[in-house]
Amino acid sequence: MTELGWWGVPLGVLGGALRVSTPFLFVSLGECITEKSGRINLGLEGILVMGAMAGYAVSYITGNPWFGVLAAGIAGFFLGLLHGLICNLPKVNDIAVGIGLMLFGTGFAFFLGKPYVQPKAPNLPSLSFGAWADAPQVQAALQVSPLFLIGIALALFLAWAFRNTRWGLVVRMVGDSSDAARAMGYNVNVVRTLATAAGGFLAGIGGSFLSLYYPGSWSEGLSSGQGLMAVALVIFARWNPVHCFYAALLFGGAGSLGPALQSVGITSGYYLYNAAPYVLTLAIMIATCSTRRTLAGAPGELSIVR
Amino acid sequence: MTARPTDLSRRNMIKGAAAVAATGAMGGWIPAFAQSKLTVGVIYVGPRDDYGYNQAQAQAAAALKKMPGIKVVEQEKVPETTDVQKTMGSMIEQDGVTLLFPTSFGYFDPHMLRMAEKYPKVRFAHCGGMWTSGKHPANTGSYFGYIDECQYLNGIVAGYASKTKKIGFIAAKPIPQVLRNCNAFLMGARSVDPKITCQLIVTGDWSLPVKEAEATNSMVDQGIDVITSHVDSPKVLIETAEKRGIFSCGYHANQSALAPKGYLTGAEWNWLTVYEQHVKDAIAGAPFKNFVRGGLKEGFVKMSPYGKAVPDAAKKKADATKAAMMKGDYVIFKGPLKDNTGKEVIPAGKSLVQTDPVLEQMNYLVEGVVGKV
Repeated sequence: MTELGWWGVPLGVLGGALRVSTPFLFVSLGECITEKSGRINLGLEGILVMGAMAGYAVSYITGNPWFGVLAAGIAGFFLGLLHGLICNLPKVNDIAVGIGLMLFGTGFAFFLGKPYVQPKAPNLPSLSFGAWADAPQVQAALQVSPLFLIGIALALFLAWAFRNTRWGLVVRMVGDSSDAARAMGYNVNVVRTLATAAGGFLAGIGGSFLSLYYPGSWSEGLSSGQGLMAVALVIFARWNPVHCFYAALLFGGAGSLGPALQSVGITSGYYLYNAAPYVLTLAIMIATCSTRRTLAGAPGELSIVR
Repeated sequence: MTARPTDLSRRNMIKGAAAVAATGAMGGWIPAFAQSKLTVGVIYVGPRDDYGYNQAQAQAAAALKKMPGIKVVEQEKVPETTDVQKTMGSMIEQDGVTLLFPTSFGYFDPHMLRMAEKYPKVRFAHCGGMWTSGKHPANTGSYFGYIDECQYLNGIVAGYASKTKKIGFIAAKPIPQVLRNCNAFLMGARSVDPKITCQLIVTGDWSLPVKEAEATNSMVDQGIDVITSHVDSPKVLIETAEKRGIFSCGYHANQSALAPKGYLTGAEWNWLTVYEQHVKDAIAGAPFKNFVRGGLKEGFVKMSPYGKAVPDAAKKKADATKAAMMKGDYVIFKGPLKDNTGKEVIPAGKSLVQTDPVLEQMNYLVEGVVGKV
C-alpha cells in the first residue's frame, strides 16, 4: 500500500463526507417536508433509531437488505403518522410531542432490537467509483452507497417539486398560511399529517443506512444524535432541499476531520476537532441570525418562527 | 426514561431466575426468605450484548446464575448518575441483594460510596481501580485485571502479522488503564521488531460507532495493517477492519465471529473468577476482599484462540511469553523506558511488577507511539 501522508486528511474528509452524510441527508430532507407544512417533528431521532433497528431485523430475517430499507421506511412512516395525528388534536404542542416520540422511538427500538444485536445481517452493496485510481485508499474513499445517490436525486426532486408541482405548492401554502389554505378548501390537518408521515418515512430510511451500510450493524449506541443534528441542519439549510444536501456533506466531512488529523500525527486538540461540526453550526447560526427579521425562507406557520 | 424498558426486563429476569415464578417474585419482597440463599445484583452501564465491556461482565453473571442457591438480578443501561443509586436501592430493598457488582467506572464516586454508607451490611464490589484503603468504607472494594498482559501478547502477534510495520490503537479516552494497554500493545510488537510504530487515535467517548469506523478507515488509509482498541464495544471497528482487509486484535470479549479472516487474537476478561471469589466469601461470611487484582496467572484475563492468519512463529513466541506470565515472573514495564517525548519514565535497572500501583497512574505514551495524552 502506498504512503499517503498529508493527502490522507482531505481524502479522509472526502471519504467521510460520502460515508457519513447519508443519514443526515435523509433525515433532513424528511424534516424539510414536515417543516414546510408548518410542523416540527423533533422525534426524528427516535424514528431514525427505530428505522435502523427495523431495517437490520428485516434484512436479517429475509436476507435481502433492500427489504430492510423498505421496512425501515414503513416503520418511520407509522411513527411519523402517529406524530401527525397527535398534533392534529387541539392545543397540542408539536415540540413536546416530538420529544415524547424521540424517547418512545429509541426505547421501543431498544426493546424490540435486543435479539438482533448479536446476529449479522446482510449489508447493502456499495458502488465503486474509484476504479480509475491506483491508490487503494482513493478507491476505498470512493465507495458510495446507492442510498447516497438516491438521496441526491431526492434532494433535487424535492427542490423542483416544491416549486413546480401541485402538492409541493399545497404543502408550502399550508406551511405559510393555514388561513389561506383553508380558504382554498384544503384540509390543513390532512396535509400536515401526510407531510409528517412522509418525513418519518425518509428518516426511517436514514436509520437503515446506519445499520445496513455504515457503520453497518445494529447496536444500541448506533446513533450518536444524527437525528437531532439533522433537525438543526434543516434550519441551517434554510428549508432548501439542495442546501440540506450541502449541509449534510459538510457535517459528514467535519465529523471525520478529527480521526483523519490524528492519523497523520496531529494529535493535540482532538477534542476540539471532534467538536468541529457543532462549532461550525454555531458559527454559521450566529453569522446569519438577526433580531430585525425572521429567518429567510422559514415557513410562516412554524411554531418556532411565529 | 431509558431505564423503563430495562425495568420491565429485570422484573422478567427475576421471575425467570426463580424456579417457581410466583414464589420467586414473592421471595424478593420478604428479606427473611432471601437470606436462605445469596442474591447478587449486577448493574451495567450499557447493553449486555455489546460484544464488549458489558458482555464480558454479563457472561460472568450468566455463569453465576447456573450455580445452585444463587439468584442474580441484573439491570442494564443504567447511567452514571443518581439513577444508579436508585437501582442499587431497589435491588437491596426489593430483591434482597447483599452482594452488588456495579460494573461501570463512574458508579463509584459518589453514588456507590453513598449507598455503601446507607447499607453497611451489603458488599459493594466495583470494577475499576478506585478503592483506596483507609479512605473508602470497608464494605466497598474494587476489582480489576491486568489486561495489559493480553494486550502485550496481542502486540506480539500483531508484530509478526504486520507487513507495513505500522499498527494502530483506537482509544476512547486517555485515562491510565487505556494508556497502559496502548503502551503494552506497542511494546509487545516491538519485542518482535523494534522499528514498529503504533498510531493512537482518541475518539473522545466510550461508545461512538461512527467515529470508531472513521478512525479505522483513516488508519487503513495511512497504511496501518493491524488494529486493536480500548472502547466499550469494538464491534464496529473490527467489522470495518475486516471490510478493509486488515488484521485486528480483539478487546473485552471474543470478537472472532465478526472477522473470520482478519481476527488474529484478542484480550478478554474472565470476570467469573472474581465473581466466584466474592460469592464464596459472601456465603461463608468471610471478610470482604476490598482490593482484588489479577492477570493471566490468576485467571482474571484470557486470550482469544488464534485466528487462521497467525503465523507459527508468532504463536510460538506469544505462547512462550504467556507461559512466563502464567508463572508470574514476566515484567512488561522495566527500565530503561522512554516516553514518546524522549523523557525517561522508568530508569535503567528498575522493574515495575504488574501489581505495582504506580502503573495504575500511567500518564505517558512510550517511545514509538504516535499520539499525545
